Parts: sequence; structure tokens; C-alpha cells
Amino acid sequence: MADVVSVLIDWLPYLLQGIVITLILTAASLGLGLLCGLPMALGQVYGRKTLRYLIGMYVWFFRGLPVLVLLFLFYFGVFPLLQIDTPPFFVAIVVLGLRGAAYQSQIFRGAIESIGEGQMTAARSLGMSQWQAIRHILLPQTMLIALPGWSNEYPNVLTDTAVCYAIGVLELLTRTTQIVSDTYITMPIYLACAGVYIFLNYAGMSCLHAVERKVMVPGFGQENV
Amino acid sequence: MDAADEILRVEHLFKSFGATEVLRDISFSVHTGETKAFIGPSGTGKSTLLRCINQITVPDSGKVFLRGEEVTQAGQKINLYRQRIGMVFQNFNLFDHLTAVRNVEIALLKVKGLSPAQAREKALFELRRVGLDDKADLYPAQLSGGQAQRVSIARALAMDPEVMLFDEPTSALDPELTREVLEVIRTLAQQGMTMLIVTHEMRFALSVANEVLFMENGTIVERGSPNEIHDGTGFERTRRFIGQMEEFR
Repeated sequence: MADVVSVLIDWLPYLLQGIVITLILTAASLGLGLLCGLPMALGQVYGRKTLRYLIGMYVWFFRGLPVLVLLFLFYFGVFPLLQIDTPPFFVAIVVLGLRGAAYQSQIFRGAIESIGEGQMTAARSLGMSQWQAIRHILLPQTMLIALPGWSNEYPNVLTDTAVCYAIGVLELLTRTTQIVSDTYITMPIYLACAGVYIFLNYAGMSCLHAVERKVMVPGFGQENV
Repeated sequence: MDAADEILRVEHLFKSFGATEVLRDISFSVHTGETKAFIGPSGTGKSTLLRCINQITVPDSGKVFLRGEEVTQAGQKINLYRQRIGMVFQNFNLFDHLTAVRNVEIALLKVKGLSPAQAREKALFELRRVGLDDKADLYPAQLSGGQAQRVSIARALAMDPEVMLFDEPTSALDPELTREVLEVIRTLAQQGMTMLIVTHEMRFALSVANEVLFMENGTIVERGSPNEIHDGTGFERTRRFIGQMEEFR
């Protein structure tokens, strides 16, 4: 036991860097997903037929393949083909971000479609353009409705980052595995790694739930369901 | 009344949904300070008519003029015309994520470009007008139906519209809440607001309107002042309809 503790202390700075990278991957996936997923949802609801079709194809592609396959396709295929020399870390951010956008667009689309027609009608009757109505009325409501579902993406995305081990991103699992092969201590080290994931999950969800409580509007959405 | 007083003119409006003809050749004009009440059986196109006036529903043919300017086929300018035509809906359609005062001020901020201070002042003024300035910070879900509808009236009034459209403003309300909303509308009529009201409240329509238009199957069948409808000849169908509606009360 003392062995394990001293090993962990020795390797702590190395592991901490891995945790930071894992968190960056998670944040990038959630952030890029939000940045691209929200416009995609709007496009799918309000866009022309071609646009809706293209977004549909995109979503179908990125949700239809395992993360690992996507990572390999981009790491060994897309980026080399484009002759861009990229570190695995960057490939991972792009893949997780694009994949996050596909999943999140569907969360936001469901939210937009659950808003009653009357909200748009009322906004337009006051003289708002369609864009103003979307920007000031529909979008804020979409965010409120989507927030719980969006929060649930966090644990999914966080645990998915471990797959980046396969292309050699130096995140938490990759570094844990290196320590294992260096010290020949197996289970205790993996257990410590598991503990870190559990903790990150718990801490992140607590933050998101706090946000949900903070932005909650009394009675909002109760008559819509 | 001369043509200069004319605020709104509707000419030969037609609208179909699929095979159903909802509006068939509707024409009328509205003068300053007038209140017109549209009555008739459900599904005769009264609500569609109101929605065609501000182009929330686009008519198949026919024209709508606001002070002589054509509202139909206005393109992007339609947003300017809509600011001048207030609308109140059966289901209130308050913005669920905003407090009462934010509901009233949002279009002042985003459409009219008022400063936050000006918009707030105007919004509170309008809420006071409908007797709800003490509910300014409540969300729609925290208001009764009657209060919510009064907020939505304040929201429409805040734009200083030249004409107000009421689309069955009390149909979603319990009888005891109907009263407070009708009182607000009655006060507006007394203050000289120009209004078109679709309603099933017969006694209210007859007491507040200058003219009552009885619609059936997408056409205006009979029209006249409350007195004419009460005593005149040629209003048999209107009187029969009003009688039927009153029986249920």
C-alpha cells in the first residue's frame, strides 16, 4: 500500500497534466458542440430543404460511427489526406467537437420543436423579424429547455475522451497506462484513475446542476409538456 | 365619417386551407375610434380574418390597407406595419421565459430601439393601465389567466398601435376571469382605441361595438349597429345566433 501511495505521489504532476488534457478535451467537445450544434439545430428547423438534408447527413454520419473509428478515420485518413501535420491532441479535439455537435444539435432541435407556435406568432405580431424572434424569444427558451439534456452530455463526453488513448493523446488513461507499464502495479493504479473520473464527473455535474437552478424560470415549460 | 378617418381597409379577402375555403370575399373598412365585433359560429374564419390583416396568415388574394398603405405584399416592410397593429391572442402567448414587465418591454427594446430606462418606464405605464404594475416581476406561469391576458394587452398597447386586433381574448378564461379582461377592453374602447374583436361574448359585443359583423362560412352575412341588430329588419340570422349563444349562459 505504501508502495502505491509513494508511486502515485511521484507521478502526481504527470497525472495532473493528464487530468488537465482530459478536461480540455471535454470542454472542447462540449464547447465546439454547442457552437456548431445550436446553428445546426436552427438550420434543421428553419432552414431550406437542402440545408436540412445536409445537416441530417452530417448527424447521421457522426452519430453512426463509433468514436474510435472516427478517431482513426481522421488521424490516419482525413488529416494526412489534407496534408496537415497534426498532433493527436488536435485531431481528438476536432473529432470530439464534430461528434458533440451532431449529438447536441439533436438536443437543441428537440427543444426548439417543443416550443409552441404561439411564441413565434406573438413575436412576429409585435414587428420582430424572424431572426429577432429566434434570437430574443426562441433561443433563450431553447437553452432553458435543453439545459438538463445538455448537462447529461457531460458524463458521456468526459468518459469518451478515454478513447483518445488509442491515437496516443496524453490524457488521463494514457498516462495511467504508462505508469502501470513502468511500475508493474496494475489494479491500484487503475482504481486511482477510475476514482479521478468519478470525481470529475461528480464535480462537473454539481456545477451544471447549480447552473440549472440559477437560470430556472418559475413554472417554465410546465404547460408545454 | 370621411375617408381621411379610415385606418384600415380590407378588400376582397380570400383564403383557403387545402380544399376548405375559410374566407370568401371579405371587405370592410375601419375608421378612427371604431370598435367592430366579429361574431358567428366556430370555424367561420373570424380568427383567420384577423390573422390575415397583419399577415401572420397570408391571404390567397385580396388587399389590406393601413392608412392607405398596402400591407399585403409589403415584403420586409411588413415588420413596420405589424408594429402599428396590436394583436391579442386567445392563449395569451406571453413569452414564458420573461417576467411580465420584460414581456411588455422586449419589443420596445429590440424593435423600437428604446433605451432600457425608457422601455421600462413605458412598460410599467402600460402595466398600470391594465392594473398589473404590482405583478411586473412575476413570470407568466405565476399569473392567473386573466392577469396573463391583461399583460398581453399591455404588451400590444406598448407599441402604440393604431388599431388593436383581439382574437377571442376571453375564450380560454374561466367566466370569473373573463370579466376583468372585458373591462380592460371596454375601457380602451371608451378611450377611443380602434379595435377589431372576435368574440363569443354576445352581450359584451353588443354593448361595446359600433358595428357587429355576423360571419358564417367565410363570409359576412349580416352587419349593423347593435341598435339595428336589436330592432331592425334583415338581422334575423344574427339575432337567432345571439339567442342561441345566450341560451347557454
